[in-house]
Amino acid sequence: MLNLVRSLALLAIAAFVAPIANAQLVIEITRGQENAVPIAVVPFGWESANAAPFDVAEVVAADLQRSGRFAPLDRKDMIDRPTAGDQIRFQDWRYLKSDFIVVGKLTPNGADRYTAQFELFNVLNGQRLTGQTVSATASSMRAMSHRVADIIFEQLTGIRGAFSTRIAFVSAEGTPPKQQYTLIVADADGENQQKIASSTEPIMSPAWSPDGQSLAYVSFESKASAIYVQVLKTGERSRVSARAGINGAPAWSPDGGTLALTLSRKDGDVDVYTLKLSSQTLTRMTFDPGIDTEPSWSADGNKLYFSSDRAGSPQIYEVDVDQPQRATRVTFDGNYNARPRLSPDGKQLAVVHQDSGNFRIAVLDLKTKGMQVLSGGRQDESPSFAPNGATLIYATQDRGRGVLATVSVDGRVQQKLAASTGDVREPVWSPFPASK
Amino acid sequence: MRVAQLMLIVMMSGFALAACKTKPQTLPDASNAPEQTGANTNSAGSADTTARALPADEQLKQTAIQTGTIIYFDYDRAEIKPEFVPIVTAHAKYLNANNANKIRLEGHSDERGSREYNIGLGERRAQAVRRALMLQGVTEAQITTVSYGEERPAVQGSDEAAYAKNRRVELVYGR
Repeated sequence: MLNLVRSLALLAIAAFVAPIANAQLVIEITRGQENAVPIAVVPFGWESANAAPFDVAEVVAADLQRSGRFAPLDRKDMIDRPTAGDQIRFQDWRYLKSDFIVVGKLTPNGADRYTAQFELFNVLNGQRLTGQTVSATASSMRAMSHRVADIIFEQLTGIRGAFSTRIAFVSAEGTPPKQQYTLIVADADGENQQKIASSTEPIMSPAWSPDGQSLAYVSFESKASAIYVQVLKTGERSRVSARAGINGAPAWSPDGGTLALTLSRKDGDVDVYTLKLSSQTLTRMTFDPGIDTEPSWSADGNKLYFSSDRAGSPQIYEVDVDQPQRATRVTFDGNYNARPRLSPDGKQLAVVHQDSGNFRIAVLDLKTKGMQVLSGGRQDESPSFAPNGATLIYATQDRGRGVLATVSVDGRVQQKLAASTGDVREPVWSPFPASK
Repeated sequence: MRVAQLMLIVMMSGFALAACKTKPQTLPDASNAPEQTGANTNSAGSADTTARALPADEQLKQTAIQTGTIIYFDYDRAEIKPEFVPIVTAHAKYLNANNANKIRLEGHSDERGSREYNIGLGERRAQAVRRALMLQGVTEAQITTVSYGEERPAVQGSDEAAYAKNRRVELVYGR
């Protein structure tokens, strides 16, 4: 099994953790929810002569605003700066038409450590909805602020917040044939970017491991496609598939033990396989002579959804992992449906759907078979669900450049994330971080 | 005298060979129209002298490269159109001349549709060229294929002119 050679390589640590200064993602809310809930996130108190080490409220407000469900009150309009519940004069905030208010304070907690206490109130009846204390080191204040936003978001919507998650994506700079491809991981708000891999040959199809610790991706760095798995924290990397022909479309099983992938082997037949990582056992999942690719697992790990052109044009099919011979067709709406991704609750499938000549992101309700088109670009692709299922991120084009965009699953809230240079594409949303 | 002449011929052919080797192999028409071969139709000219100095193998390779190194395809299709068959034939001739000669087929697609599906499309195109070469006697061991899908466009742009240039298989030696 020559092709199953596993190679281990440590990337240069310096390159690996280096933040990227000039590829900043700029977020632009292109469509917000009309009935977004007004909320006041008052700047947190800081009892010291020195400037506060971090503006927690600013990050919290920005997170809530990006969700599209909230409209944070402009600081300029705040006539008061309470930092605890007993200082809030609710009639003032009712007058400012805020439905909810967040107050808090930041205090030093030993060397290089801070504690944030915050409270959330219903302005209309003065009820205290929650109050918590979180802490962080100086370097993790941003992550702590995202946690505060997560708590507030869940308290008010019943949906787990995804502000503490990350996204991976591919950036390409330069014009063909001289391009530089970089795999990047950033916080969900585009901050804190880290370079994971870089090559002058294409990098594509990043996929998060279920524990959020590793990425699988395709790299052509050896002049042919190969699938690599890289541990983010250490940079430790292994090549898991470099067979003849295509090595593509890696997707982790929910237990993290198996990769679904696309191979074309020697005969050139493009099919989906599963590869057990511990034993390198390869099992063929599709048997059609057409193109079968882009596998996506069901949450229980029993099924794979994939794209196939066996009926002429690409459509989505599903197959039982234990009975790979029998695939059944899932999509019938339109002549192009590809790259399925299952929603976290398993009820919906996000796909690339051709809609009157344009490629758009659509969501298929698996029960009713209803298809809803969520995006409005010409060349939208690579949909990926946030782990809370509330939002999708995908790749689109803006004035000839590849940019990222998000859309709420109801289609009402849209945002664009453009890099300051080059094209960005193939965004994938991480799972929730392991609870601390 | 004769020895000197022979030496000269050997040196010249060696030079010609070296020159051929360094030629960019994906540019069929740009590099192969030097002035001394200006009279293309008159094959008895000085160009022929240069060509004769090349081994037959190398000559077949140059002919194949001049015939063409890129085969273009229709949208979502992988059939080789009649106008590109001579390219396949010319490369098959060279590859058949020596089993040690190897070719790499790089399949590509335009940017429309999803990326991994396009990797599949590029592979299907590369396979179509591979099969056509094998039908003309080229052995499996002489051919490697790779699909880049839409990842390495020949030209940038989002119109049909750009798409048509990007749906292709490139026939590459020595990569």
